[in-house]
Amino acid sequence: MTIALEEQLDGASVDAARAKAARRAALVWRAVLGLALPVGVGLIWEGLVWFGYSNGRLVPPPSRIWQTLVQLAQSGELSQHVAITLWRVAAGFGLGVAAGTLFGAIAGYWTLARRIMDPTLQALRAIPSIAWVPLFILWLGIFEQSKVALIAVGVFFPIYLGVVGAILAVDRKIVEVGRTFRLSGPAMIWRILLPAVLPAYVVSLRAGLGLGWMFVVAAEFMGASQGLGYLLIDGQQLGKPAQIVAAILVFAVLGKTTDWLVEIVSKPFLRWQDSFSTQAAGS
Amino acid sequence: MLALDRVSKTYRNGVNALESFSVQVKLGEIVAIIGGSGCGKSTLLRAIAGLDRATSGAIGLDGLSITAPHEKIGIIFQEPRLLPWLTVADNVGFGLAADPAAMRRDKVARALARVGLLDKASAWPRELSGGQAQRVAIARALAPRPEVLLLDEPFSALDAFTRADLQDHLLSLWEEFRPTLLLVTHDVEEAVVLADRVMVMRPRPGRLFDEIEVGLSRPRDRAAPEFEAVKRRVLTSLNRSLDRINTKAAEGWMTVGEGI
Repeated sequence: MTIALEEQLDGASVDAARAKAARRAALVWRAVLGLALPVGVGLIWEGLVWFGYSNGRLVPPPSRIWQTLVQLAQSGELSQHVAITLWRVAAGFGLGVAAGTLFGAIAGYWTLARRIMDPTLQALRAIPSIAWVPLFILWLGIFEQSKVALIAVGVFFPIYLGVVGAILAVDRKIVEVGRTFRLSGPAMIWRILLPAVLPAYVVSLRAGLGLGWMFVVAAEFMGASQGLGYLLIDGQQLGKPAQIVAAILVFAVLGKTTDWLVEIVSKPFLRWQDSFSTQAAGS
Repeated sequence: MLALDRVSKTYRNGVNALESFSVQVKLGEIVAIIGGSGCGKSTLLRAIAGLDRATSGAIGLDGLSITAPHEKIGIIFQEPRLLPWLTVADNVGFGLAADPAAMRRDKVARALARVGLLDKASAWPRELSGGQAQRVAIARALAPRPEVLLLDEPFSALDAFTRADLQDHLLSLWEEFRPTLLLVTHDVEEAVVLADRVMVMRPRPGRLFDEIEVGLSRPRDRAAPEFEAVKRRVLTSLNRSLDRINTKAAEGWMTVGEGI
């Protein structure tokens, strides 16, 4: 099999190399096109401030934002804020995922439990999560617990919905294959349901993570003395727009990085599904 | 020996899909079940597979009562139903989890070689053509060496050429350890090519209408006059079995067909 494959590859290698180069050129071109707008606007604004057409006080030019970032980083403040925010997201996301997966699995697998739980959970979902803040502060205090709880609530619902939906959508025909091979309950879950549910689960994890980042900002607005959200509030109160934009940029980088991590970690398990990229890798 | 004794199935919506069906199938015999839409063919097969319970009657294999899926009974569905997250080899080995790894690998390789797909062992199911996928499904069902293999219109979704090819394939696989084959089909030629005995069923309620011994030696020549004669006999019987529903259908008796 490998010999046949290699022969094939040899014959096609010239074509493949050419196609690869073309694809890479297209990718570079796309990146250039995509960057043109933000980089262009940034440069123009930088120029306008540089030549004195604007003082750039409310809308800081890129150089000033960069300066602020460097200052924050050098003083060690930035890593402290990033660390505490990351910790909050991690704790809230972890709790939300654990609870969402557990309840989702129970409700998806067991119809009676779904009939009992689902209407209540759907009703709770209709409440904007931020509305919980006063209650959480009364119950859990102003410190970490209430913040983590808010993030966990935000993460919980997409995970719960995703898991229930994915379990209900598992193809009955595939389950029958498991039955004909007399799989036990746990084996059915491990060998049929889990792999069948995984693609949708990863999607809901990513959606939940996005909400986790959203709610950490809300949580840090409600009286934090540390964290990236605090940097935002601090920048507003002391009139430092460059600090606000810098914090926003750090949020963007962290959000994208964590999302990418989820994607990377899940990729080996979803190799069977990802037809386009496997084809690309194979050629 | 597979023995069905007055097996009946009434669905919860009141549809009487199968009524008092009895048959005895010897080990190694190939039986084709043919009939019009709603004659209970698929219901019958699902009951023998243990996927659905019969409402009344008994299904026995070598004296053992069958009420749930049994290791000696394998089934091949109309669709391949491969697990998309497993490679072809892992799909074939799906029912062999109890075997030690080396033995499983060996059995999988042999099963794949038999259906001529050894080179696809590490492929994903989505990379297979329809005929290849169904061959993998056959290999998966045969790998644990069932005593009885049930086939629910296994080739109906394939083109004529692939279908004939797979029918021959199935026969050569059957030769190897001669399991009992119980094949549901709506294709008269398929029934006559494969079966020792063709059972014609009559719809609404599904029940046995006629039984035809094929009595041709294998391999069978699809163009031979004797083959044509048997085919005509089955076709005639099938037509007679269907005549009756034409009048019933006119009375508005058409219900949701359980399979065809």
